[in-house]
Amino acid sequence: MLKEILMMALDNIIGNKMRSFLTMLGIMIGVTSIIALITVVQGVTGEVIDRFSEMGAGKVTVQAYGTALKAGLNENDIADLSAIEYVSGVSPTVSLGSTAVRNNKIFEDISVEGNNEIYFENNQDMVIQGRPLNIYDMSGYSNVCIIDENIADELFWGENPINKQMYLSGQNYTVVGLMESETNFYRQNVGRVKIPYKNALSLNAAANIMNIEIYLYDANETQAANYEIENVLNAAFNYAEDSFNIVNFESILSSMQEMQSMLTAMLTGIASIALLVGGVGIMNMMLVSVTERTTEIGLRKALGAEPRQIQYQFVIEAVLLSLLGGLFGALFGLLISYIASAAMDTKFALSPTAIALGLGFSALVGIVFGWAPARKASRLKPIDALRSE
Amino acid sequence: MSETVVDMVKIIKNYQIADQEIHVLKEIHLQIKQGEFIAVLGPSGSGKSTLMNIIGCLDTPTSGEYFLAGRKIQDQNEKTMARIRNTEIGFIFQSFHLLARQTALRNVELPLIYAGYKQKERRAMAEAMLEQVGLADRSSHFPNQLSGGQQQRVAIARALINNPTILLADEPTGALDQKTGIQVLELFHEINSRGRTIIMITHDAGIAKQAKRIVNIIDGIVSEGGLNIA
Repeated sequence: MLKEILMMALDNIIGNKMRSFLTMLGIMIGVTSIIALITVVQGVTGEVIDRFSEMGAGKVTVQAYGTALKAGLNENDIADLSAIEYVSGVSPTVSLGSTAVRNNKIFEDISVEGNNEIYFENNQDMVIQGRPLNIYDMSGYSNVCIIDENIADELFWGENPINKQMYLSGQNYTVVGLMESETNFYRQNVGRVKIPYKNALSLNAAANIMNIEIYLYDANETQAANYEIENVLNAAFNYAEDSFNIVNFESILSSMQEMQSMLTAMLTGIASIALLVGGVGIMNMMLVSVTERTTEIGLRKALGAEPRQIQYQFVIEAVLLSLLGGLFGALFGLLISYIASAAMDTKFALSPTAIALGLGFSALVGIVFGWAPARKASRLKPIDALRSE
Repeated sequence: MSETVVDMVKIIKNYQIADQEIHVLKEIHLQIKQGEFIAVLGPSGSGKSTLMNIIGCLDTPTSGEYFLAGRKIQDQNEKTMARIRNTEIGFIFQSFHLLARQTALRNVELPLIYAGYKQKERRAMAEAMLEQVGLADRSSHFPNQLSGGQQQRVAIARALINNPTILLADEPTGALDQKTGIQVLELFHEINSRGRTIIMITHDAGIAKQAKRIVNIIDGIVSEGGLNIA
């Protein structure tokens, strides 16, 4: 019986090709936009998250705010942190401001950062020319530095800065490497210099380490490492509240993933409006169809069709229409997201959730919006239905 | 003595139109026996269509008792009524009422679908029935590829396919020319001669004459007998 009803419904859809297609179009557009949006958003944000975790996986950043008794961390604390079993290396950053001078040319407000060899091992791509700072530069007496392109342009115009001298806070430094320039918050070009961190400590009057990056052997052990690091820092600051802050990328990552799913849900909600409009279209077409086929319905009833069987026939017709629209919509949606991912150079991931969602939604729309017209059809009295013509 | 298939006792049908009650059928008594070929003859507005609807279980009387093949028809739910129409009654309409997008064969199969037959059985039964009405070679034609007479014969095949107790024909020749009308009536005679009860509703005394028994209906009252009133 179900097969028969399915055939009747299909017959009618095929019999009204143009009208069926136009009705399906609404659902098609809805499903297309849902699938395209979900796939593209997941592709793009997935790419961002991937890059982010590449950058930050297995890394914990500590910001020391200090207390009244102890303004920052010192070398003993660094040694304690390095001793934690999960930690492969600790890279403190000492930040200070300075002025660079060469041949009467002056570059002011330079941001100087003191780093150790571990920092450079973990940021291998940073130096674009020359060499990074290594363990032999870390004695505290080796005045070598890496400068950015801004300083190179300003102080070494027209020449190769590598192995040239310049003055930093009055001390003679040899340039060993070059890194790309960055713009600051206000989009101004600023000068950046990296020097061995012990040199930075001696340049900085406060001589405190406020910022540390801790590298782990295994990113999966972030939780356990976090706990150990907290213990060391609590001991270092004598359990004072708000004396430090630990940032691990895992928590940033999870909040980014949360954002991704929120964005997906929001866009799906917006695209669902199109689906809703499509549903109204189906309802409209089904109501017209019931009116047009009043005689047919009356005849079927006279020949022995039960009201339920008539109702099923019309509901199934609506669901079939809607599902067909959903299927074409899914195909188009995937095509669009494939093209979009190719154009934006992101990963194309066929999302089974999106397809299931699109098809499920369209079937649901068919049932919901087909119900009322089908009910109307099933309640027609056969005498009234046969009389109309 | 043959069995009574239609037994109507004091059938009344009233319609409420606005605040006026219209008495369409006034205390109708009617008995039809198995194997009869009866014409219900009356002008338009006489209540003959309402009578047909009640006989055909498409409508229920306001009061009175109606027994079809010994079963009392009253206040049945829609599902039961559908089942009775499917198995007990074969309808033939003035305008044939064939489904335009279905072949002759599929049209004849239709009642069998609702009776729950399997496709193979349906096909075989419908083919046999089309052969009986002389349309074996037209089974894959669509209604618009058939003449009026052929279409009505497809409708007759459809009416007979479920082996109904009565064949109920509403102006079966109304849409046909005289020659094909006569052919259809000949087919009715043939069907009746094999024992099928036929009830034919008409306003045409010439057509009614073809039946073995004529019942006149005027203003909702039936009377047995002659042609003089119409």
